[in-house]
Amino acid sequence: MNIPLNITKTIHDWLFSIMPEGVATVTEWVIVAAAYLALFAVVGLYLVLLERKVAAWFQLRLGPNRVGPWGIFQTMADALKLVSKELTSNTKIDKFLYNLAPYFVILSSLIAIGVFPFSRQFQALDINIGIFFLFAISSIGVIGILLAGWSSNNKFSMIGAMRSGLQTISYELSVGLSMLTMVLLTGSLQLSEIIEVQRTGGWLIIQGHIPAIIAFMIFMIAGTAETNRAPFDLVEAESELGAGFHTEYSGMKFAYFFLAEFINMFIIASIAVVLFFGGWLSPFGITDDITWFPESIWFVIKVLGIIFLMMWFRWTFPRLRVDQLLTLEWKYLLPINLVNLVLMAIIIWLNWTI
Amino acid sequence: METILFYILSALIVIFSIASVSSRKILRAVTYLLFVLIAISGIYFLVDYSFLGAVQLTVYGGGVIVLIIFSVLLVHHIELELEVTPLKKKIIAGLISATGLGITLWAIYTFPFTNATTYKSIEVADIGRKLLGYGDGGFILPFEVISVLLLAVIIGAIVIAKGKKLNE
Repeated sequence: MNIPLNITKTIHDWLFSIMPEGVATVTEWVIVAAAYLALFAVVGLYLVLLERKVAAWFQLRLGPNRVGPWGIFQTMADALKLVSKELTSNTKIDKFLYNLAPYFVILSSLIAIGVFPFSRQFQALDINIGIFFLFAISSIGVIGILLAGWSSNNKFSMIGAMRSGLQTISYELSVGLSMLTMVLLTGSLQLSEIIEVQRTGGWLIIQGHIPAIIAFMIFMIAGTAETNRAPFDLVEAESELGAGFHTEYSGMKFAYFFLAEFINMFIIASIAVVLFFGGWLSPFGITDDITWFPESIWFVIKVLGIIFLMMWFRWTFPRLRVDQLLTLEWKYLLPINLVNLVLMAIIIWLNWTI
Repeated sequence: METILFYILSALIVIFSIASVSSRKILRAVTYLLFVLIAISGIYFLVDYSFLGAVQLTVYGGGVIVLIIFSVLLVHHIELELEVTPLKKKIIAGLISATGLGITLWAIYTFPFTNATTYKSIEVADIGRKLLGYGDGGFILPFEVISVLLLAVIIGAIVIAKGKKLNE
């Protein structure tokens, strides 16, 4: 097994200089795991805050503004409250599956986050099938939702889970095909190589022009549906199903589902940034020569931009009905996607890329 | 390190396979089966064949298992338990499994394995070239046959599922 842990070369060298090799490797794994868990918590909590602030802005309110300056500690306080809450459960549930389900959802997004190159050095796992691996991992998460809905022994949870299965199986196709369209341009599935391609040729959305823009639009629609966010939030439609598949969950287990939704949004935004907007590369290469410049800033700025777009969707479009959801995917997105794939192949074959 | 991980994964596969066939609640059995499949993909990642590992996760984890769970969700209530199989069937199933295990073990222990001298990590591009290659060692014919078969299956599924229109 070959895991290049190249977060920082110096820590690596230092660890190996003071410890025997086996111990140093394990220590390194623990440090990387801790770093990613911290990142996970921070991203999750602050995306919740951002969502509330953006929602408030769209609705001409102030949003959370009591805990700390501009309410920046609000979600931390919420998290502490959730940790201290009692974990309730029904008597007629399937205990084992009920307790297992949140971990499926949270683990799949936690594994996926390890693949992204946040900067030149900051990447835990750079495998040669990067994009495909992300696709594979994200298909595991839906199992948690299905199990949660079934094991709660509650018809609203059940309906939520059924809708989720339907939605994820359908929209996974579009996500996969639109990623495939971009992979045609790069010729590699490895995320670090995809970014290297964009260093010389410009961002992929510019290189691939028309088909790339179509692919980006499809990716954003299907990606929003994959994360079960509005306007595709039939899974937990508050006005119809209570809280959908996690109606019966309380305390930290509810928080796992809640956090996973925001982390999944972060993951979709990160994939979009890597595939279309050059990852951690600076626009026009303005900071390429400055060696000390933290490139992850560009990554974060771009990701926040995409996330803002997804929040904008949420407060702009009304929720779709189930039949509209399936019509959109199978009658519009999928055919457009397939034609787009051929179009991209033709453009590359005739060398019409910019 | 790799040896330890291999034994952990193998132990997971064995334990959850047994749990999967002995559980009386159907969705738990499916979940144990999912653990088995994930552990197998873990072994693929361990031997540095990450493409097959990811395929295993997508096809079996994300595809087959989700479909099984979906059908269980549609037809099975949470309080139902599977009935206990009669002893005769258990014995037959046990004998068949033991035969299968025996044949596999015999094949593994009699095959003269040699240590690989040259090692090369397999790229997706190589797999793609082989799949579409019509020269020596190419797989274009089986690839096309499978595509046609899958197309036939999809059309057949649509024809069966569509049924008759209500007004006819």
